[in-house]
Amino acid sequence: MPFKWFGKVSFVPYTKVSQFADELKEGRLVGSRCLSCGHVSFPPRADCIECLSPDFEWVEYSGKCILHTFTIIHAAPTGFDDIAPYIIGIVDLPEGGRLLGWMRGIEKEEIEIGMPLKVVPRMFEEIPEIKVYYTLEKRE
Amino acid sequence: MKVGIVGIGHGKFGRRSDATVQELAFEAFRLAMEDTGNLDRKDIDATIIGSVPEYHKQRSLPGVVAEYLGMNDQPTWLTEAACASSSAAIRSAYMAIRSGMHEVVAVLGVQKMTELETPELLALMGRVGDVQWESIFGTTFPGYYAFYANRHMHEFGTTHEQMLKVAVKNHHYGAMNEKAMFRKEITIEKALAAAPVADPFTVFDCCANADGAACLILASEEKAKKLHDTPIWLEGLGCASAAMSLLRRPDLVSIPSAKAASEQAFKQASVSPKDIAVADVHDCFTIAEILAYEDIGFCKKGKGGKFIDEEQSYIGGSNPINIDGGLKAKGHPVGATGASQTYEIVTQLRGDAGKRQVDGADVGLTHNVGGIGQYTFVHIYKR
Ligand SMILES: [Zn+2]
Repeated sequence: MPFKWFGKVSFVPYTKVSQFADELKEGRLVGSRCLSCGHVSFPPRADCIECLSPDFEWVEYSGKCILHTFTIIHAAPTGFDDIAPYIIGIVDLPEGGRLLGWMRGIEKEEIEIGMPLKVVPRMFEEIPEIKVYYTLEKRE
Repeated sequence: MKVGIVGIGHGKFGRRSDATVQELAFEAFRLAMEDTGNLDRKDIDATIIGSVPEYHKQRSLPGVVAEYLGMNDQPTWLTEAACASSSAAIRSAYMAIRSGMHEVVAVLGVQKMTELETPELLALMGRVGDVQWESIFGTTFPGYYAFYANRHMHEFGTTHEQMLKVAVKNHHYGAMNEKAMFRKEITIEKALAAAPVADPFTVFDCCANADGAACLILASEEKAKKLHDTPIWLEGLGCASAAMSLLRRPDLVSIPSAKAASEQAFKQASVSPKDIAVADVHDCFTIAEILAYEDIGFCKKGKGGKFIDEEQSYIGGSNPINIDGGLKAKGHPVGATGASQTYEIVTQLRGDAGKRQVDGADVGLTHNVGGIGQYTFVHIYKR
């Protein structure tokens, strides 16, 4: 699957980590692990930031996460005005790294930095072409 | 060998539908030449343009600007570091002079942001972050600083009212600055009731896109003493970078490049934050000024809200900051902002700031952040 299928609007059709989008379509959230030094990265990288190795493997993430910060976008850029206002969260992933995505099923009043959340892989049903993304949802 | 500023010029910031980008550059350049007085164009060894190219229809800006200023066939080139592009130009000019390659260099920060149609601007706005992992969720510039604001509130109990006090201060001083885009005082009540942009920000937490230019003439120590009776010396330079993506930053309550650049500049200039009589910091959003107080070291991490509560950044406080109105009231023509900050500090150190003058100001600082902290330049000036 080309990487352009990741996101409501795509700016990046080609990347060495395009398999990320295939995995997400199958319901798996993956990061990268360096085959040389073992460094784990999310967002995934083809090339290791620690040791410069270009060799990596995919590592599955649990999706468990903790809300680090958030905002509610009212003034939206091109391609997002139809869904504004929307809540964006940044979460810490216990396996390593952070992730940014839409918060779903959570009212503004319920948001608390530090709250447990989960990353849920999703596809846009209302768009004819394949478009995958993820949301941040409540976790008990 | 020291490097001094011997000439400064600043055009009117705002929606300049009366002028092209090279015409804006000309205004600031002409004023800087007038200010220097005793300098011929042919004695300027090079012109460095600080600007962000994607806002202009005209490509390769140094070409058209150098031609319009009548500065061919001297060398010219562009430096780009997002909102810190003209501070990057100042750093390049300093290096060029210290190396002995050039003696006199013009730095021209110039930007025209309002010639783009709103849809073009909104599309550009959608690509300010990491386009692979973040922009696909509709992130925006205010949104990124709002992430900082909410985290700062969570960790330190900072309030939105404290952030808006920054806007109130900067509009208070901006009202006294004839170069500023907005020249009206505002109130916290009015700011809170304004249209929401990115929670917790309303439009009054955000600076405005603008058109404008500012120009500086830098010279070697020997030349500077000949050209001006009060050269203002650039004695500390700090510059650092940080991860483009907030997902790869160590924390979301400080700008790491700003801390590193500040330390470098203080060390080189042999001064500390308490010595700074006047500063211009990068208040693209209200939280950004609070982060700047802490990252530069005017107060401890987490105490930025208290610092503005106590009015320490007003004239009469411990460190008067953005008393030209800051980006908030002056407007933020991105490529011109670093040169505009420097214009203010030079004016203050010369003692020419009129009713906004800090009495006896002898050491000044500029803090210019590119993007969301991908680049920060901190410069310290002495008279
Ligand atoms: Zn490695």
